[in-house]
Amino acid sequence: MNGRERVAAVSFAVSTIASIALAVVYWRGGQTQLEGGCLFLVTGGIGFGIVSWAKQATPHDEVTEARHSVASSDEAFDEVAAEIESPQIAPEAIGRRRVLIALAGSAFAAMGAALLFPIRSLGPRPGKDLKSTPYAAGNLRVVTEDGKPVNPKNLAPDGVVTVWPEGHTDAADSPTLLIRTRSDQTFKPRAGREDWTVDGIVAYSKLCTHVGCPVGLYQAEVGLLLCPCHQSTFDVLDGARPVFGPAARSLPQLPLGVDDKGNLIARSDFSGPVGPGFWDRDR
Amino acid sequence: MTSVEERSEHDARPRRPPAPATKRIARWLDRRLGAADFMRSALNKVFPDHWSFMIGELALYCFVVLLATGVYLTFFFHPSATQVIYNGSYAPLRGVRMSEAYQSAVDLSFDVRAGLVMRQIHHWAALLFLASIVIHLGRVFFTGAFRRPREINWMIGVMLLILAIFNGFAGYSLLDDQLSGTGLRIAYSIALSIPVAGTWIASLLFGGEFPGPDILTRLYIIHVLLIPAVIVVLLTLHLGIVVRHKHTQFEGPGREEDNVVGERLWPTYAAKALGLFFLTASVLCLLGGVAQINPIWIYGPFNPAEVSSASQPDWYMGWLDGALRIMPGWEIRAFGYEIPNPFFPAVLLAGVTFGLLFLWPFLEARVTNDHVEHHLCDRPRQRPVRTALGVATLSFYVICFLGGASDVLSSTFGLSVNAVLWTFRLALFVVPPMAAFTTHRLCRELAARDGLPIESRVRFKEIPARLLGRS
Repeated sequence: MNGRERVAAVSFAVSTIASIALAVVYWRGGQTQLEGGCLFLVTGGIGFGIVSWAKQATPHDEVTEARHSVASSDEAFDEVAAEIESPQIAPEAIGRRRVLIALAGSAFAAMGAALLFPIRSLGPRPGKDLKSTPYAAGNLRVVTEDGKPVNPKNLAPDGVVTVWPEGHTDAADSPTLLIRTRSDQTFKPRAGREDWTVDGIVAYSKLCTHVGCPVGLYQAEVGLLLCPCHQSTFDVLDGARPVFGPAARSLPQLPLGVDDKGNLIARSDFSGPVGPGFWDRDR
Repeated sequence: MTSVEERSEHDARPRRPPAPATKRIARWLDRRLGAADFMRSALNKVFPDHWSFMIGELALYCFVVLLATGVYLTFFFHPSATQVIYNGSYAPLRGVRMSEAYQSAVDLSFDVRAGLVMRQIHHWAALLFLASIVIHLGRVFFTGAFRRPREINWMIGVMLLILAIFNGFAGYSLLDDQLSGTGLRIAYSIALSIPVAGTWIASLLFGGEFPGPDILTRLYIIHVLLIPAVIVVLLTLHLGIVVRHKHTQFEGPGREEDNVVGERLWPTYAAKALGLFFLTASVLCLLGGVAQINPIWIYGPFNPAEVSSASQPDWYMGWLDGALRIMPGWEIRAFGYEIPNPFFPAVLLAGVTFGLLFLWPFLEARVTNDHVEHHLCDRPRQRPVRTALGVATLSFYVICFLGGASDVLSSTFGLSVNAVLWTFRLALFVVPPMAAFTTHRLCRELAARDGLPIESRVRFKEIPARLLGRS
């Protein structure tokens, strides 16, 4: 054996031993790193062995093969084309053939269209669902993830809590942020929304108007909400207007109120469709 | 009498040693299939040797590893959105409500022997599959190996790239962990942003409003059957066409347009290829064993109201995520209709990217008025304009890719997120032209140093007449 052959022999031996080791590791309950390491030696030993062996044992003379144009000769092409066009059709039949081809073509086209219809079964007609949330029922209590109502007294200044409409804590379109602003911050309500806050608590949809990630980071010092996905930033004190990043719309606001027990309720749905934009969002 | 004579004649023939079993089986097959001639021409096929020609092979071997590990994973994974309470062996998640899909992925990682190593090999193989496809595409682009007669194979290759990206995304989205759920949320919003048809497309794909009841089962069958089947068909065509065309080669002594110089398929090239397959598999196994990837048990199950910062997709989706971040907050609203912001970076940019890539051979042929067959690879420096355009385009996507890590960069270097993002917005317009200019100059000077002719147009007279083909 020369050098390369010896390398190949050792590689194959290592691979064999690693296979046995792999079996032992597996039967003793398995261990991810050891399994990976053994598999590395099993396959690597075979690969390295083959390459070393091939370098030594296979011919290395360069072979030259002629290359011809890929295209067929013009004659061959024309012959085949003529055969396919079947010239034996009588001249008087050509008109009928055209009609038949047209009819067959329309039959296939109609079948293709008919076979596309079942695609409609894949999902419901879009629209309503995108534009409303369970809050639309009106005067629903807002509750935390474990179903508890929220009393304004329990939310400290700069406090943030995520809430849902009562009975709908699973609804993916309803997560809402309750934020209590500080008394030294000037909250500028939008026109017509002057009575939508309760004791300095304002509620916005938690879904970013960019691509719907939850706007989860509140920088209380400056009153800015930041979306961790694409860094859209919204000004909580100014109607959650987008001030930076790709989002182009304010977060929809929820009109808050209190019920007779003093817990927070949502008097109606958000000020607009929540989450990312779509073609007929404003219609 | 005659029979005796016959027998003695028979005995007189030199006794042949019994053929080995493999040869007997081969002969049995050949008597039924008559494949010897075909085999001989196949085994004699010549492959030129160059390190850059094996990158496409790496993609193929990654795909084989993906199939093998992927089949194993299907035996344990349940693509179901049904909510369950976890009670497995990973203590921190006990009592947590999650989908059956996420639960089965956690079980696969902790309670199935060899499950985690298979899952991690599968994920690493996907990352390297895409990486080798992209580098292979770059090799073909920069050496002009897409020119006639290889335009069809180029288009098949671009389709394979798109399918591989889509399937990678579908694969990691199946697990229904916090990170992948966020990815699906973004995918839904991107579908929703398509003008006119977006709401329908999103509803039909997800089976309703996000998260949709059916998306996991649909993604599953798309991921394990639909796209792999199409990939197998296209891959077969891709390789078949390479054999039909014979491989390109670089110019050199005795290496001309009308020949192909290299090693025969059997035994040299076949042995090297087989060895390379095993070596690829071994690297993937090592990564899968020791390099943790996508630790879904840390991310937790998907909850549409939660997200963590530093949510980055797999690398091949990074450019898209970056483009979403870099795009300023603009959108079009008119007559009560709107074209939402994500449409421009995610749908339009992706469409233009893959559209241009798909049609590149025809665009270049039109501009250079070069419509003849080419079998010699260009050196990138001989084609300053193409190389410069390619490098500029690459730099554009690298900036998008880095933009996808804007939050990580700003927290790592203690910079404001806004400053980092503005840097990327500017870089997107400044860097590609600079890269193009520099590359163009570099190509011209390197070519001049090597005494190579610059080929802005093809040199018609150097191409043998019979290669000009029909036209």
